Amino acid sequence: MTTTATPVPATPSNRRARSGSPVQQDRSPRPWATRRRRPLDWSLAGRIAVLILAAALTLGPVLWTLSTSLRPPADSLKLPPAFLPLNPDFSSYAQVFKQVDMALLVLNSALVTGLIALGQMFSAALAGYAFAFLKFKGKGALFSLVLATMMVPVQVTIVPVFMLIRGMGLSDTLLALILPAIPTAFGTFLMRQYFLGLPAELAEAAAIDGASPFRIFRSVYAPLAMPGLAIVGILAFNFHWNEFFRPLILTISEQNFTLPLGLVSLQGNMGTGSISVVLAGVVLSMIPALIVFLVGQRTLRDGLTAGAGK
Amino acid sequence: MAWLFLAPTIVGMGVFTLVPIVASVLLAFFRWDILSAPQFAGLDNFAEMATDPTVRVAFGNTLAFVVVAVVLQLGVALGLAVLIQDRLPNWLRVFFRSAFFFPLILSAASVSIFMKYLFNEQFGVVNWLLGTVGIPAVPWLTTPFGSACVVALVYVWQNFGFSFLLFLGALSAIPQETYEAASLDGATGWRKHRYVTLPLISPTTLVASVMAIINALQVFDQPYVLTRGGPGDSTRTAVMVIFETAFQQLQFGKASAIGVVLMLVIMAVTALQFRLSKRFVFYQ
Repeated sequence: MTTTATPVPATPSNRRARSGSPVQQDRSPRPWATRRRRPLDWSLAGRIAVLILAAALTLGPVLWTLSTSLRPPADSLKLPPAFLPLNPDFSSYAQVFKQVDMALLVLNSALVTGLIALGQMFSAALAGYAFAFLKFKGKGALFSLVLATMMVPVQVTIVPVFMLIRGMGLSDTLLALILPAIPTAFGTFLMRQYFLGLPAELAEAAAIDGASPFRIFRSVYAPLAMPGLAIVGILAFNFHWNEFFRPLILTISEQNFTLPLGLVSLQGNMGTGSISVVLAGVVLSMIPALIVFLVGQRTLRDGLTAGAGK
Repeated sequence: MAWLFLAPTIVGMGVFTLVPIVASVLLAFFRWDILSAPQFAGLDNFAEMATDPTVRVAFGNTLAFVVVAVVLQLGVALGLAVLIQDRLPNWLRVFFRSAFFFPLILSAASVSIFMKYLFNEQFGVVNWLLGTVGIPAVPWLTTPFGSACVVALVYVWQNFGFSFLLFLGALSAIPQETYEAASLDGATGWRKHRYVTLPLISPTTLVASVMAIINALQVFDQPYVLTRGGPGDSTRTAVMVIFETAFQQLQFGKASAIGVVLMLVIMAVTALQFRLSKRFVFYQ
């Protein structure tokens, strides 16, 4: 982790050996993994007990949320709490769609998140490619400037961004959420690292064949960079699907709300002595994130920790 | 030619990041409520925020939160990363790793919503659990100290997985021979970790702590959804004050001044990281 300029998905690289070739298995950094298990190891048992407790504390609240959303609404506050969804009751889910325009919230969130992800993948790929392979004046300084913007918290720029959006006539539109989120310093950094990990000879060969820089990018490097682009896309999805602060400020009318805002307002609608409807909304909002987690777990993990070792 | 590749990113950043930073710094020296023209105010905004009790309490809360949340987050993350490292069946390791990583994919808003019910004084599962071991109900969200605890706990619950992943990467990079050599020298258990693990992962510890500090300084979603800053001002954070000053009180100049101070704090933390990494961090 201390060495610099490794290609992007480098983080727990040795874990890759598991499913890899037998040659790599010999170099496994965990010789203990193949050792015979000992009869009874109290320290290991204690360790696993602590880990199980930690996992229960981590997953317990989520399990309770899912389970309670499936209880009959009248039982939602009953103690002892439900942890296993026996006899699921889906009436709260139907209720969610009556109380808020769930379809609209999902559509808004999907539109905003999807367009931001696509925009980030497109712009970061282009800029990352330029920083990795093209020569131009002031490259080093410009790259440092791009990296420096990573340090600026969104709250510092939110007032001027709000003004700017107003000035552009985009107040209270979904575009107000999308446009400012597309230029991405982290994505640019990630893609630059990824391109640097690809051989430069391909460009030379293609240039000799008379291909233009755009053509080389589009036909040679962009297809090779798909795994890197997936990281940028999944990270963008995860972050913006869950985003709360900017939508809270930049959208005003409920027809432009995204899911997290809609959920908080759903919570405001409740005074019925039942929480299962609110929790059903929470569960519904988690489903896309959960799918991304299941499909792209490693990609997301590598993306989150990429750049931490720089 | 290269500029065509860079245009989308550079133009976008110029318009939506660089210009706003400059504007924010300039705006900090003006009084402005959007409705009338901005008036030059010199250092008034900064003086006002220094004497505003709400701002001071919010910064105090934020700093206390950063200390508690970061220590807790790193401690839990490192402890669990060490526990998961050694001699565990592979499927268990994968399960625990996914479990600890899981909260990171959820939105802070939805996490805060269900946590609010879990910490409810009468119906909450937390008090029910405490009750089963004989601890009387704790007024979590109705007292200043209880609310501050809940905000920190919920934040750490959601974010420790990130530090955990960083530590896991660092630990798996330590060559096993180092531990074997240490055992030959008679180091066992705790001493092994103290004299081998900790020095070898110090670069990651530094990165993890700086990232945790920078993120914690910007906490907003959890206290906003859980407590709206209350009771009183007990969970009001720096970012919440920026939000309220700008968009509820329409004091955009003052809000910018608070934002600029927050940015300076974050820059100072980052600068300190570079300093410290030269002095204290042990590179292999």
